[in-house]
Amino acid sequence: MTPLVEVQDISFSYSSDKAHSIFRNVSFSIRQGDIFCILGPNGTGKTTLLKCVANVIQGWYGTIYFGGQNISVMKTSEVARGIGYVPQNQTPSFPFQVMDIVVMGRAPHLTVFSSPSKKDSEIACEAMEMVGILPLAERPCTMLSGGEWQLTLIARALAQEPRVMILDEPASHLDLGNQMRILRVVKSLAESGIGIVMATHFPDHAFLVATEAAIMNHGIIAYKGPPDEVITDSNMRETYGVDVRVIQVGEGVDRKACFTSL
Amino acid sequence: MSAQDKRLGIGIAPGKLIVFLAFVLGAVAVIALMLGQSTIPAATIVKILASQLFPIDRTWPQTLESIVLDIRLPRLLAGILVGAGLSISGAAFQGLFRNPLVSPHILGVSAGAGLGAALAILFFGNILAIQLFSFIFSLIAVSMTYGLSRVYRTTPILMLVLSGIIVGALFSSCTSLLKYIADPVNEMPSIVFWMLGSLNNASNRDMIIVGPIILIGIAVLFSIRWRINLLAMGEEDARALGVNTGRIRLTIIICATMISAAAVSVAGIIGWIGLVIPHIGRLLVGPDNKYLLPVVVLVGASYLVAVDTLARSAFASEIPIGILTALVGAPIFAYLLRKTRSGW
Repeated sequence: MTPLVEVQDISFSYSSDKAHSIFRNVSFSIRQGDIFCILGPNGTGKTTLLKCVANVIQGWYGTIYFGGQNISVMKTSEVARGIGYVPQNQTPSFPFQVMDIVVMGRAPHLTVFSSPSKKDSEIACEAMEMVGILPLAERPCTMLSGGEWQLTLIARALAQEPRVMILDEPASHLDLGNQMRILRVVKSLAESGIGIVMATHFPDHAFLVATEAAIMNHGIIAYKGPPDEVITDSNMRETYGVDVRVIQVGEGVDRKACFTSL
Repeated sequence: MSAQDKRLGIGIAPGKLIVFLAFVLGAVAVIALMLGQSTIPAATIVKILASQLFPIDRTWPQTLESIVLDIRLPRLLAGILVGAGLSISGAAFQGLFRNPLVSPHILGVSAGAGLGAALAILFFGNILAIQLFSFIFSLIAVSMTYGLSRVYRTTPILMLVLSGIIVGALFSSCTSLLKYIADPVNEMPSIVFWMLGSLNNASNRDMIIVGPIILIGIAVLFSIRWRINLLAMGEEDARALGVNTGRIRLTIIICATMISAAAVSVAGIIGWIGLVIPHIGRLLVGPDNKYLLPVVVLVGASYLVAVDTLARSAFASEIPIGILTALVGAPIFAYLLRKTRSGW
């Protein structure tokens, strides 16, 4: 199976001086149904990397292929039909209704002069149904909780009908229940065949859903591979500079988990 | 799906509201043609207007026809175009800048127009020169703002606002200098009076030139109005949704600038409308630009025509409309803000 997204040796820097790059020489690939989790300390360039792959910011070096095509020669709308992007929490300045926001995901399928049709609304409703926020359709987005807002953004990306979805820390700022709800949605999206790239601050989330994990530190991918091999005592200690134990937990949980001490 | 029917605002379906507002505009327009130094009955006005298209026997004096067609009609058209144009520009800019406190003047249109008008008053002193100079100078001011914002590479929206402030300050201080050196008996009052805004000078000739500019600007903004929603989500989100943000931003800026420059050149500086009518529109139908822009065009046009009618007929001498727009509008806005569900 050929990869949906293939990132080859990309680097990004805000200045022309390559020594001050945000990240460099990053490579990975995503296949259908993959969940690729990227871990790493604050400020190592995870968000910038995801924005480059989602074609949201430009000016990177290297090559990104989507479905075998170089995305730097694709139109913005063409990329958006294939790659959905869920940004980190930020609420809009106007009280759009949840429905209005989700239907915005149809934009790459519409011409500049048109607005969403009935069919687009139906697709948006299906997306809301899938992530479980259909009852919120008429709620102004300024009156949503953090978890509801995150699900709204996921539904918006889903309405793009993408083959790959890129999520930037979708579970940060959320309570335990909402974290699991988001992960369940992410997992079901992968099961439906979407390839997922996700940045997260929680190693346990990688153990829960990831098919592949990576640790990014100082602007490079330090480790990459199956979660069990990447998230280890020594790798975590080296990355975060704190004492970490990765322990196999039984008692109905039956997975590895990360524990720290002060 | 019921989600499309029940919306924010006062809860009336947008389609019905738009039809209602169109009737309101029609009624306001007829009243505006009726009122003035001499009151003309509605029936006569309808007949006079119809006689331009159909062969009808003239049962009214020629002076009445001239008042309606040459004085009140161009002024009505100016009120409709300026009110609609400023309101839609304001709504589009508020979406583009993701800030409900933005007015169409943010990029320096009025500062440029002010300097152009002051120069024309000082050196030529005729209406045509004032209109031409204010139009050209407002385009110059916005071009400078846009050019300056391109110098810095990051966060284009913030840079546009800051550049607008810089250019606005530059032009305003030049205008102040001209006021300072102007002859205080004739020139200075006419500069000040021009800046307060008036539809008094609107003629049929102006409407032939300015009308198409404003109408084309409105039509283009109308055609891309759903895309403005995407910009309101932020630059990066919009790109992730496949929007060519640079191109659509420039389109909005060009349209809103042409509209406001044309509006300012016939009517002087009329504040408040471009800022507050979009808010009133949002209170009525919610923030979705698909419905907001049509509503804002109708409300803005009705509002400016109504206020202009008040300005020229309620008092012994005409009051500058720029004063009345806020004087009448502020209490209305305060009332609406309390009465409706805005989502804030």
